Order: sequence, then structure tokens, then C-alpha cells
Amino acid sequence: MEFLNSWVLPIILFWPAVAALLIFITNDERMIKWGSILASLLPLGLSIYLLAAYDQGVGGMQFVVDIPWIEPLNASFALGADGLSVPLIFLTTLLSTLSIYYSAGTIRYRVKEYFLMFQLLELSMLGVFMALDYVLFYVFWEISLVPMYLLIGIWGGKNRGYASIKFFIYTLVGSVAMLLAILGTYYATGTFNILDAAAAKPFMNLPADQALLLSSLAFWGFFLGFAFKVPSFPFHTWLPDAHTEAPTAGSVILAGVLLKLGAYGFLRIILPTFPSTSAYWSMWIVALGAIAIVYGAFVCIAQTDLKRLIAYSSVSHMGYVMLGIGAAASAMGRNPDGTSMLNDPAVFDSAAMAINGALLQMFMHGIITGALFLLVGVIYERAHTRALDKFGGLGTLTPYYYGFFLVAGFASLGLPGLAGFWAEFFTFRGAFALVPLWAAFGVIGIVMTAVYILWRIMQSLFFGEYDSTKLDHWTTVTGEHADGPTDMVAFEKLTLWPLIIGMFVLGFFPMLVLNYFNSFSVGMLESIRTLF
Amino acid sequence: METTLDLSTLNLAVVLPELTLIVFAILVMAADVFATPKNPAPRQWTPWIALAGVVAAAIVNLSVSGREVTLFQGAAILDKFAVGLNYIILLATGLGILLSVKYIPRINKQVGEYYALTLLTATGMMMMGAALDLITLFLALEIFSLALYILSGLNRTSPRSTEAAIKYFLLGAFSSAFFAYGGALIYAGTGTTQYYGIAQVTAAGLANTPLLYAGIALLVAGFGFKVSLVPFHSWTPDVYQGAPTPVTAFMSVGTKAAAFAAFFRVMLVALPFSYGAWSMPLALLAVITMAVGNFAALQQRSLKRMLAYSSIAHAGYILTALAGGAAEGADAALFYLFTYAFMNIGAFAVVMALEEMGAEDAMQDRAKGLGKTHPIMAFLMAIFMFGLSGMPPLAGFYGKVLLFEAAVAGGMIWLAIAAVAFTAVGAVYYLRVIANMYFADPVDESADEVNRSLPLDVGLAIAVAGTILVGVFPGFWMNAFQQSMALFGG
Repeated sequence: MEFLNSWVLPIILFWPAVAALLIFITNDERMIKWGSILASLLPLGLSIYLLAAYDQGVGGMQFVVDIPWIEPLNASFALGADGLSVPLIFLTTLLSTLSIYYSAGTIRYRVKEYFLMFQLLELSMLGVFMALDYVLFYVFWEISLVPMYLLIGIWGGKNRGYASIKFFIYTLVGSVAMLLAILGTYYATGTFNILDAAAAKPFMNLPADQALLLSSLAFWGFFLGFAFKVPSFPFHTWLPDAHTEAPTAGSVILAGVLLKLGAYGFLRIILPTFPSTSAYWSMWIVALGAIAIVYGAFVCIAQTDLKRLIAYSSVSHMGYVMLGIGAAASAMGRNPDGTSMLNDPAVFDSAAMAINGALLQMFMHGIITGALFLLVGVIYERAHTRALDKFGGLGTLTPYYYGFFLVAGFASLGLPGLAGFWAEFFTFRGAFALVPLWAAFGVIGIVMTAVYILWRIMQSLFFGEYDSTKLDHWTTVTGEHADGPTDMVAFEKLTLWPLIIGMFVLGFFPMLVLNYFNSFSVGMLESIRTLF
Repeated sequence: METTLDLSTLNLAVVLPELTLIVFAILVMAADVFATPKNPAPRQWTPWIALAGVVAAAIVNLSVSGREVTLFQGAAILDKFAVGLNYIILLATGLGILLSVKYIPRINKQVGEYYALTLLTATGMMMMGAALDLITLFLALEIFSLALYILSGLNRTSPRSTEAAIKYFLLGAFSSAFFAYGGALIYAGTGTTQYYGIAQVTAAGLANTPLLYAGIALLVAGFGFKVSLVPFHSWTPDVYQGAPTPVTAFMSVGTKAAAFAAFFRVMLVALPFSYGAWSMPLALLAVITMAVGNFAALQQRSLKRMLAYSSIAHAGYILTALAGGAAEGADAALFYLFTYAFMNIGAFAVVMALEEMGAEDAMQDRAKGLGKTHPIMAFLMAIFMFGLSGMPPLAGFYGKVLLFEAAVAGGMIWLAIAAVAFTAVGAVYYLRVIANMYFADPVDESADEVNRSLPLDVGLAIAVAGTILVGVFPGFWMNAFQQSMALFGG
């Protein structure tokens, strides 16, 4: 146990690299597919072990590994996991396994490269969630671009060249801004360790105006890096293109995990390292979040392509995350008498709720939108179109599909009893206490979410009479000719069941993940409260 | 001033790596003499003799490292910086020779001269880093430049190659004139050509400022030609495209490394006290260079021209570290050029393999579908492209981090911001090559031959191994290039 606890993170992290190497030397496609699925089970199993072994009573960083790496740069190979990262590591491994399993049934060309890229993608995402060193963090952050770029570019839709380069360049612009912020933070603190830098509170020892200027520069550098990834309005324009063109499993990972890297950065780096500066600029985060919620929802209503619609719904849903983060940041400043605003228990609770809401939204959105993109993939493999007006009346013909879509759709619009509800509840509970006007504005988005889920998706796809003249070319999922829409087959059901079950389980027992998140948010807010 | 020659100061160890190369250059020529139409064997040995020379020089270089000695009454120096540059030049030369083995006999029968000239070029380049006197510097510059003019015109049957040589020669002659004139004006302003002497005079405030500044300006222009800074860059794309590809690969790294090494040493050792006068002009030159290099590279259909403009952009990145004025900048530049040698020569090697027989260039279209037809070549090219674009964990990333860190350390935060912004622009054209290779279908099925040979494969293997391994474990090499330059009074 002792041995496992001290090495579990590197094992989870580098196992995909081993798997990638094995895929590289294998030429048999069946073996590659099944090998990838089997290989992905080990990180999944170990991340469940992480959930169990993480000691919430102690809290803080656990399973820490810290090995000198690039000594001239003062960069070390430092990994760790806390209440923030443990559930996200689990989400990553779960969605990776499901995506790989689903891809084994749908990817037909350049199989070897595809599964190799997927392993690299998993490696990079896990690395971001585990890294405790800025250089290491940045390295994994950048690596994650490459496999996703190739996944979209090689296995994507018609407009894949444009979408993939747009994805790459937009995110790269953000990350180079972050690189400068990292260098600035390094010069201010003398360390690349993320936790030490946060404890040192860079720039705060300078005169007030200089401190504000320099820490704001660093804040905005990090902000750009993370906001492009989230993506926050108005940096979101790459997302609909990337999602629409990406292969199904690529979209699942993109929406399910990659977007969370951005939100994770806000909570791991920006808020703990620059609390006062975050408070100073918090209204920008709040406003961008609230606008994203409403704008994203309205744009969804106007979509005619099912996948593009779900993509915009991600913009809207990640807006909740930004709203929660911004609301909590607004409570990190000082009262006029110089004491911390968090000294007021009511403010502290609301800030903690806002962060918990944001974190729940990250986790739940990963599950729900992952499921939605898989469901889009299911119909696309059969109809080879995603135009909403080509469908209708599928409810009676494909009842299994209908049922799954119904659960995922209702979870997405926040129906109580399903996972999405708690995320919205906590976010708005926290945000209303701290930033009431923007929270009230954001509520419009909740209503509009119901509109696009029920009216645009459910009604277009499932209600009414099936009209065979709208779309005359149907196939089965394996590509053989079919006379009409066929229901889901075993491997598709098996991919989706864990997510559907998760929506119900977390709908009734949100504490299963909330406890981890709460230990993080309370710990972080407490350390900021005691600053002043 | 000491005028009598004191033999005890004649410590030849300082130039032993250069002397080794000269000896092997003579051996190459001697072997070439014995080749007859009936017995061409000695001529076929020449590349291997040259390669042995490179390896021998590297070993000698290793044996003289760790010292800090000056020679010839302060005309040359051997310090960590010079040793580091020698490694980079020798690496570039070795890779260049590997690329040449199959290629050069196809375009010119005089292979012996080719390898002798290559070794002499390398000698001049290595002296550039060791020079501690403007006259030594000028001699070194002329040695390698003259040899390169010949090398770039080696393909006498190709009008493009001849054009490249003429262009390079004419503009190079101009730059030499600028250079000599700049040195003369600095001499007029300070009364000495030695770096330490110039630093002493300027530190004491005894220099004739107008003459000195005019001299600095001309010197910067001279260096600007050699490292291809905008607006002195116009020869670069034409020469890179027209010269035989192995020569382009070698000179793109070697010239840049040598000229930048000398540039850093002149500015940081001889002219640190005029920092206020040259830092801002250099910063502006860096911005223009990065802008023109990156945006022009976006437009190129020829792979070699694209790499030429990309090399201009890289000159801009390196210049940001010099404009910062910090001593770490020199270390950063060395590390960067070291990684650049692997990535850039690797990229040229792939382009060379893609060239059709007899042509001296490959178009972007040629890369289309390479991921399907030649997965290994495409993979290598992808690694080099990602490396050049600065993607971690490949070697180019840490080089860029060090460069921009040096700019920040020198207080030029805005310059670092501009540089990273241009890095993002640069990613577009590197990615376009990758997109062509992997996302597009082959244009012409019949033209899918690639020219590979064992030496080329070895060169590619070294280049890709360096790009990846220096990226994953950069610590050792950063140490090797740390606190490298013997500064004035330091």
C-alpha cells in the first residue's frame, strides 16, 4: 500500500505511454483495438483506487511525487492530487475508456494512429491534472493540443483542416500568454512549484500600485490561457468548428475533459495564487460567464446541426463554471476596513458553494455532454447527417435511443433527480448571494436551455410521425444498408450505460463527488481568509 | 603595446579543434589527388575522412573544454562559450556531411573539394566564436564566407544554384565591407580592436562617441546580413532555395550559430557599456525580423523557401535574448542553436529526400499525403515541425523559454510578449506542412519515390533523437551552456 500510494500517480500517468508504445509495435488492428481498451482499464482502476485512498480527513495534496528534473531551470517532476484533481482524474480515465471502447466499433481507417493518439491524449490530460510544477504543467498542457489536432484533422468531417488548425492556433495563442505569466510568476517567487508560488503570493510585497499592475499582467496572461480552453465568451469561436468536425470520441474527450483543463487552471492557479487580483477583476469573470450562459443558450436555439447545437450548449454550460468561479473570486477581496471579506461566515459559505457548484458543473458536464456527443455519434453513424430537419418521429422507431437521449437531455437542462441539477443549484445559490444581478441575468440561460433541449432536440428528433421521404439513405452502425433508422446496438449501449447510471447516482447522491470538491474549496478559501 | 612575439603565450591549445579540422581538410584534398578515372576509390573515401575529422575535432574539443585561456595577445579566447559553439558547428558539419554523401556526387564530380571546403567553412565558423579581436573576427568571417560562396554554387549545371552563389557573393561582399568599415570606425573611436580594450575605453568614457556609434551601427548591419535579420535578409530565401540542399542545411545552422556567437560576444564583451545605444535598435530589429520572417513564411509554396523565412524568424527570436543584454542571453542562444541544429537540419534532410532527381527544391504539394505513402518520413518531419514551432516536450520549446526568459531578465517584457505572439503565428506554417502530410491525399501517385540512403538515415536518426531527447532531458545541455561567456572583468 505504502509503495502504491507513493507511485500511483506516475503509474497512472505513464501507463498510456506504455500502451502507446505497444500499439506502435503492433500491426494487427483487432489487437490494437482490444489492447487499447484493456490498457485503458488500468488507469481507470487506479483512479478508482485514488478516490478510495484519498484521505479527506487530512485533505491537501496526497500521493505526492517530487523528483528533480531540469535543474538549471529549477523545474522538478512534481505530481500530486487533492480534492480538486482526484475526481477529475477519475473523469478523465472513465471517459477515455468509454471513448476508446466506442471508437473500437466505429473507427475503420488508420486504426493504429488513432488509438496511439488517444493514449497520448489521455497521458497529457492526466498530466495537467497531476502536475504541481509550472513547467511540467505547461508541457502537458501543450502536448494535449497535438493529438486532438490530429484526431480532428485526420478522422474529422468535411471541413476538418480548417477546424483543426483553428483549434490549435486559438489555444496556442492562449497558452503562449500563459507561458509569459508563468515566467513572470517565476521571477516574482523564484519557484516553479505551483503550490509554493501560490503560498508566496507573487508581487504582493511590492508597493500597491506596482503590485496591482504586475499581478494583473500575470492574471490576464493566465486568464487568456485558460479562457481560450474553457472556452469563455468571447474566446469560444473555435469550439463549434472543432466539435462539429471532430470524430465522436474526439468530441467526447474535448467537451468532457479538455474544456475542464481551462476551468481547472482557474482553480488550481489563478484563484489561489492571485486572490486579491482575482477579486479585483472578478466582475469580468462573472460577466463573461453570465453572458456565455445566455448567449450560448440563445445560439443553440438557432442551430440546425445537432452536433453544433450540443457544442454551443457546452459554451453555455461552461458559463456556469465561469460564473461560479467569478462569484467566489469576488469574495476574495478585503472589506473597507482591511479585513478579509471571507471572515463573514455567510460570504464564506456562499463562496464555497459557488466553487463547489462550478466544480460539480465541470464533473457533471463531463458526464452529460460526453453522453450527448456519443448519442449524436449514434445517429450520425446511421443517417450520415446531423441536420435537425431531416429527422422526426424516431421516438417509436428507436425507443432505446429515445430513452437514453431523454435522460441525458433532462440531466443537461438540470432536472432535479439527475446530475445536472446540483451543479446549477450550487452555482446559483453561491452566485445569488455574491453577485445577484449577474446571477439573475444568468437564470435566463436556464430557461433557454429547457427550450433548446425540449423544442430543438427532443421535438425535432423524436416527436411526430416518422417521414421516410425526408431522408432516404439509412445504414446500420456497421455501414450496411438499412430501410430506416435502427436502434442502438450492444457496444453503443454498453458505452452509454455507465454515463446514464452516473447521472442518476449523482443526481441522488451528489455527495459522492461533492465531498472531494468541498474539501478543496473550503481549504483554499480558508487559506485566503487567513491572508489578511 | 607588446609587439615582440613571446612564444610562451603561443598556447595553441586554444585553437586545437580548428587546427584538427584544417589537418583533415588537407587530408581530404590529398586523398582526392590520388583518385584517377580508373581508381576512384580515394575520392569515395573523402566524406568519411571529413567525418573522421569532425569526430576528431569533437574529441579534441572535449579535451580542451573546462579551461579559460586567451591567445595571441588577446586575439582569441577559449572559454565555455567557444567550446559550446564548437560543438554546435561540429554537429551541423557532421550532419551536413551525412546528408551530402549520396547527394553531392549527383551534382558535381569534385567531391574532394567539397568536403575540404566544408571543413574549412567549419574552421572559420568556430573561429568566429573564439575571436576576441575585431581583426580575428573579420578573418574568421571571410574564411567561412568565401568557402560558402563556392559551396552554394556547387551545382554548376543549375542556373538557380549559380544565381544563389552570385547573389550570396555580392551581398556577402557588401556585408563584409560594412563589417570592415564598422570595425575601422570602432578603432577610430576607441583606439583598439581588442574587445577588452574597447570595453576598457568605453567604460572609462574615453571613446569618441559619434565614431563609436557609427561603427556599432555598421557592425550590426554586417552581422545582420550574416544572421539574416530584416532588412538585411533578402538573400536568404534565394540562396537557401538555390544552393544544394545539404549545403543549405549545413549553412542555415552553421552560419547562424557562428555569426550569432560572434554577435553576442562583441556586444556583451566589447560593447556592454554602450548597451543604452544598441539595445532598443536591436529590439526593434528583432520585432521586424520576427514579423517579416513569420508572415512571409506563411505565403511560401516551396518548402525550402518556407524554411528560409522560418530561419529568419528564428534569428529574430535569438535576437530578443541579445537585446535583453543579460549574460544569460548568450547561454540561451547557444542552447537554442544547439537544438536548432537538430531540428532544422532534420527538416532539410526530409526536404532533400522529397526532392525529385535533379531538382533542388520540393513544393508544399510534395508533402501531401506523405503520412500515407511514407509514414516514417512524415513522422520525422512532424517531429521537426513541432520542434521548430516550439511545442513541448521537444527541444525547441526549452530553447524558446530560455531566450524569452533572457529578454525578460533584461527588462524587455514587451519584447518577450511580441516574441511569443509571433511564435503563435509561426505555428501556422509549420502546422500546414503537418496538415498536408496527414490530412491531404497524395497529389501525384507516381512521384512518391523518396531518395533515401544509409548516411541520410543515420543523419535523420541523430536529428530526431536529438530533437526528442534534448527536449525530454534538457537539464544536462542547459548546464553545458550555462555561464558560458567570459565577460569583461567578470
